[in-house]
Amino acid sequence: MLLAVLSGFIIATITPLAGKLFRSKWSVGLTAVPLALFIYFLSFIPAVSNGQVLLFNYEWVPSMGINFNFLLDGLSLLFALMITGIGALVYLYTSSYMKDDPGLDKFYGYLSLFMSAMLGMVMSDNLFTLFIFWELTSISSFFLIGFDNENKESRKAALISMALTGLGGFFLLAGFAIVANITGTYTISEMMGSGDIFKDHPLYIVIIICFFLAAFTKSAQFPFHFWLPGAMKAPTPVSTYLHSATMVKAGIYLLARFTPLLGDHIYWNNTLMIVGGITMVYAAFHSILKKDLKEILAYSTISALGMLVFLLGLGHAEAFIAMAVFIVVHALYKATLFLITGILDHETGTRDINRLSGLRKVMMPLAIAGFLAVLSNSGIPPSFGFVGKDLIYSATLHSETLAIFITVAAVVTNIFLLYSSFLAGIKPFAGKLPSEYKDVHMPDWRMWVPPLICGIAGIVFGIFPMLAEGSIIRPAVSAIAPEVPEFHLQLWHGFNTVLGLSAITIIVGILLYVIFKPNDRHNAWMNKFESFSPKSIAAGVNKLFMKFAVTWTNLLQNGYLRIYVLTVISFLTILLAYKAFTVSSLDINLTKISALTSAEVAVMVILIVSVLYAVYSPSRLAAIAAMGVIGYCICLVFIFYSAPDLAMTQFTIDTLTVILFLLVMYRLPKYVLYTNKLIRIRDAIISLIFGTLITLLALEVHHEPTNKETTRFYAENSYALAKGKNIVNVILVDFRGMDTMIEIIVLSISALGVFALLKLQLNEFDREI
Amino acid sequence: MIENLIIIPVLFQLLLAITLLFFFRKIKTQKVISISGSIVAVVIAAFLFHQVYDEGILTMQAGNWQPPFGITFVADAFSTTMVLLASISSLAVTAFSSVTIKKARLRFGYFPSLHFLIMGLNGAFLTGDIFNLYVWFEVIIISSFVFITLGGKKVQLEGAVKYFTLNFLASILFLTAIAVLYGLTGSLNMADLAGKIKQINNQGLVQVTAILFLVGFGIKSAIFPLYFWLPDSYHTPQAAISAVFAGLLTKVGIYALLRTFSLIFVPDDFIKTLIVIIAGLTLISGALGAMVQTNMRKMFSYLIVCHIGYIIGGLGMFTTAALAGAIFYLIHDIIVKTNLFLVGGIVFKITGETHMKKMGGIYSAYPGLSLLMAIPLFSLVGVPPLSGFWPKIDLMQEAFFSGNYFLSGCIIFGSFITLLVIIRFWSEAFWKKNEQKELKPHVKYYGTMPASQKLFLVGPILLLSLVSLYIGLGAENIIRLSDQIAAELMDTSVYIEAVLGTSHTIDTP
Repeated sequence: MLLAVLSGFIIATITPLAGKLFRSKWSVGLTAVPLALFIYFLSFIPAVSNGQVLLFNYEWVPSMGINFNFLLDGLSLLFALMITGIGALVYLYTSSYMKDDPGLDKFYGYLSLFMSAMLGMVMSDNLFTLFIFWELTSISSFFLIGFDNENKESRKAALISMALTGLGGFFLLAGFAIVANITGTYTISEMMGSGDIFKDHPLYIVIIICFFLAAFTKSAQFPFHFWLPGAMKAPTPVSTYLHSATMVKAGIYLLARFTPLLGDHIYWNNTLMIVGGITMVYAAFHSILKKDLKEILAYSTISALGMLVFLLGLGHAEAFIAMAVFIVVHALYKATLFLITGILDHETGTRDINRLSGLRKVMMPLAIAGFLAVLSNSGIPPSFGFVGKDLIYSATLHSETLAIFITVAAVVTNIFLLYSSFLAGIKPFAGKLPSEYKDVHMPDWRMWVPPLICGIAGIVFGIFPMLAEGSIIRPAVSAIAPEVPEFHLQLWHGFNTVLGLSAITIIVGILLYVIFKPNDRHNAWMNKFESFSPKSIAAGVNKLFMKFAVTWTNLLQNGYLRIYVLTVISFLTILLAYKAFTVSSLDINLTKISALTSAEVAVMVILIVSVLYAVYSPSRLAAIAAMGVIGYCICLVFIFYSAPDLAMTQFTIDTLTVILFLLVMYRLPKYVLYTNKLIRIRDAIISLIFGTLITLLALEVHHEPTNKETTRFYAENSYALAKGKNIVNVILVDFRGMDTMIEIIVLSISALGVFALLKLQLNEFDREI
Repeated sequence: MIENLIIIPVLFQLLLAITLLFFFRKIKTQKVISISGSIVAVVIAAFLFHQVYDEGILTMQAGNWQPPFGITFVADAFSTTMVLLASISSLAVTAFSSVTIKKARLRFGYFPSLHFLIMGLNGAFLTGDIFNLYVWFEVIIISSFVFITLGGKKVQLEGAVKYFTLNFLASILFLTAIAVLYGLTGSLNMADLAGKIKQINNQGLVQVTAILFLVGFGIKSAIFPLYFWLPDSYHTPQAAISAVFAGLLTKVGIYALLRTFSLIFVPDDFIKTLIVIIAGLTLISGALGAMVQTNMRKMFSYLIVCHIGYIIGGLGMFTTAALAGAIFYLIHDIIVKTNLFLVGGIVFKITGETHMKKMGGIYSAYPGLSLLMAIPLFSLVGVPPLSGFWPKIDLMQEAFFSGNYFLSGCIIFGSFITLLVIIRFWSEAFWKKNEQKELKPHVKYYGTMPASQKLFLVGPILLLSLVSLYIGLGAENIIRLSDQIAAELMDTSVYIEAVLGTSHTIDTP
């Protein structure tokens, strides 16, 4: 199982290293991988349909409790079959669709990365492995959307989608962190049954907000939906695979997986119903206004995703059944339509719905596939879509709240979806064939067979719904709902309200198709509202955010060294003052301090004068000289306290520092007085406060009893053990000889630096960074 | 005499630097010595790490003076890990330098300064004496100053002045703090200080001292609001130099913070809250700064600041798991930040630009190399399961666990902005089509280099990327290591015992 899940990663690693092999016609061989996986997962159907939950555990990072714990139940099997099944078709299709692309090997690499990530995600029983795979799907999607990397629009779309799904990802991580904290385990199957812990937990709201943000960004729910139409810049196989059949359903998967834990709560259900409801109506409405085939399909996908979220929000078993069926239905017909769109684009060079017509005359098998997909999409019997739509209507009718209102919403959505499916699946093939497309011919079989298979599957499941029922739908639903009522998928339920609603949908939809034609005027009309759309609002927010970032950064990083120093000192002063007044008791005893001698007083006066001079001097040179004087005064102080060796060191260092400073200053522009009086007063006040605080600190330390252990040890042993009579010398060269040695090295390094500063003059050509 | 092994990483670098000085003008010899020496240094560091990881803490007394009177060197898991990472980073940098640094600079002591710098870093990691630590900081600051000014133009010197002034201020604060500490305890040995500081009656004074240390090391670690020197200086020197700085210089400040605030001062609630707030603001400010930059290297510099926030945040929460997260992040960060600036170096060599808007076409021209460079870039973002991802689990969980919602928010914010700026950078520099423009005469373009030189450019990035991949995919081992380090930081008795011995009792006068 580990190999099965990770096989895509292995391919992704091999492809860049395999050179030309996967750029050639042999790339079609890669189709074997998803196909084999599909068959492999099919083999689990008997076990899973018996209600078994299969667990596979492989250690990875056991110290952290993050392992490859894979779980195969109905829900994950449903997704796994979709991922590998549609994956196999897309791989086959790609080998012809992209055969002239020089980056074909990379394309397969990213695609395989995605497939593995998606498989891993739906199989993960471990929170953080799930998260890892979740993020990997986003990353592979980023690379695939930006595959046509020299196209500005592609890059922009890749950035927007990555930013949104990435943001959601971080919230998911946060959500998982809280969930793990509450339950004390990372394993999802161990958490099952602890739903009440969450619902009573004070952090429940935070958790579901995190989950919602993750799921809604990933599954393109309003108001985060706008990345998905942009993502259609990716090559068509990607749109088919990632952005309609699988990846965008990751959010749905997440919500479904955690429904037993977090669901059945008023906040959970209502949010999902409202967001899903808005999304499905909003996107379905948009889908009828577009005339680019891919855009139409993008919006109808968003609408379908909204429908799924909405069904999850209804929260009863019937709705879950409808959802499970609809996932399959949608994957099949949407894949067909996308693949067909790809072929049309490939062969005719346009996706404009108004320019395409009559192509059935040259592409009969495709027309059949399109027709079958439309049947399923519109919910016309005997398709699987009909079964699905019936289930949706009966689920909305049986809702406890607002049954009528939400049923109307579902009907309206379905009408729009029917209309847009006619546009995508029938319009290009019906009517007269324009002369410009007379020479259009069927593509390679690798391209037209996959959509046909998908289209046929949609009908086969419709006629024989029992094929899907026990094998996959029931186990999937039982993973979400606590108890699954007895149900049978069937085409014919007899005459009832649901059938009536279906009839209304189909009739109104077809009427709409006959009357309403997509054109630029509609789109232009819609564009008037563009500034209120989530996309524009997001752009506005982004702009505001950038403005804030610029202001904040310029405020702090203003380029003035003096402000930096001021900030640092003020920060320290505030902290010190706070501490000094709250915790430390000021208790200073001046009697301990010995009296000053006249020489000391003289040195102090020189010191203070030089400090003031350094501060007030208008010339840099003079200021540096004054600094030198200060250093020498300190040397004198050392001498007064009988430390001539220290004084010598200080003397050397000080001289060197002054020279270094001069060299640096020499290259700076002329000294200009920028500050006004007010600023200088402010600086003086802060300096005084800071100086006072440090002085107080020094005095207070002086007041504390000192531990003389070290001093005593040095005094006792400097002659006895170290054979030196001068304690200071012994400390410098023996007790702490290491320090001295390193300080000597410091001096040598500075000498090196001074030498380079003085001598190394680079010319323009050598200054490259 | 296995404990003498501790000092070898320091002495070996010293030896290298001095040997290089003898070949001051012989660049070729210098290159050979420097690179082969760095390989040996990695072996030494690995051996020391292995020794300590298996056998426990090693201590060495300089001049054989019994602690706490002499200078003690201590090699525990934390310090040897840092030494090992520093050696790996510096190996990559020496190799990268050998083809990117102009001859004129190499003729003025570039390589000796580099090895002096590494010596300073190793010394700072291995010392067990607070004043000795200060001295190592001096070595670091002076050699980095030499580095940053080497053959500099105006902008480089301007950055250098800011760098030096603020770092020097940090050193002064550090020294003041040591003086206060010595006045209070009469000791400089860190293990000894740990015991003595608890016996002081006036704990208020101890807390004030802690503040001094926090601000002093804080400046060096580039935390909010003390980081200004970093974005103003790191983009000015050559890529290889920036890489050392980015990977190691701020990290030695962080190391000192982690060490002192676990061993000497145990953070009280005030310090913890303070550090957590600082961490959050560091994340925000760094992220916002990176957001607005159009200069690649400036953006990278802000990312350094931003990511310091994760480590400091771990310290602020001060639990074993949070510290483990911080340590893991530190390990990841050293490698990936060094690599990031090397990547910046190659990007410059390919496009001749540091301005992101003007770059482009790398992906089309060098797809393989681009994917290689994607490893550090996406590790930095923390795309799972790459290296930057793992510590975030710990940090995030601890932040929620301890109720630090502000910090959790900042962690998400910082991660998100990092993602945003890196994918934007990827899109601009790698994906975008290269606008045909004239080649700049003073830039030596990657495309025109012979294969042997390319090897020295790509090799270091490959090396560091492999290390990053190992940290990410072999996270198990790194987690064990960081858990152990965190446990040792929380329970300092092992460290203290190793230095002072079990029988050591503190005799008061």
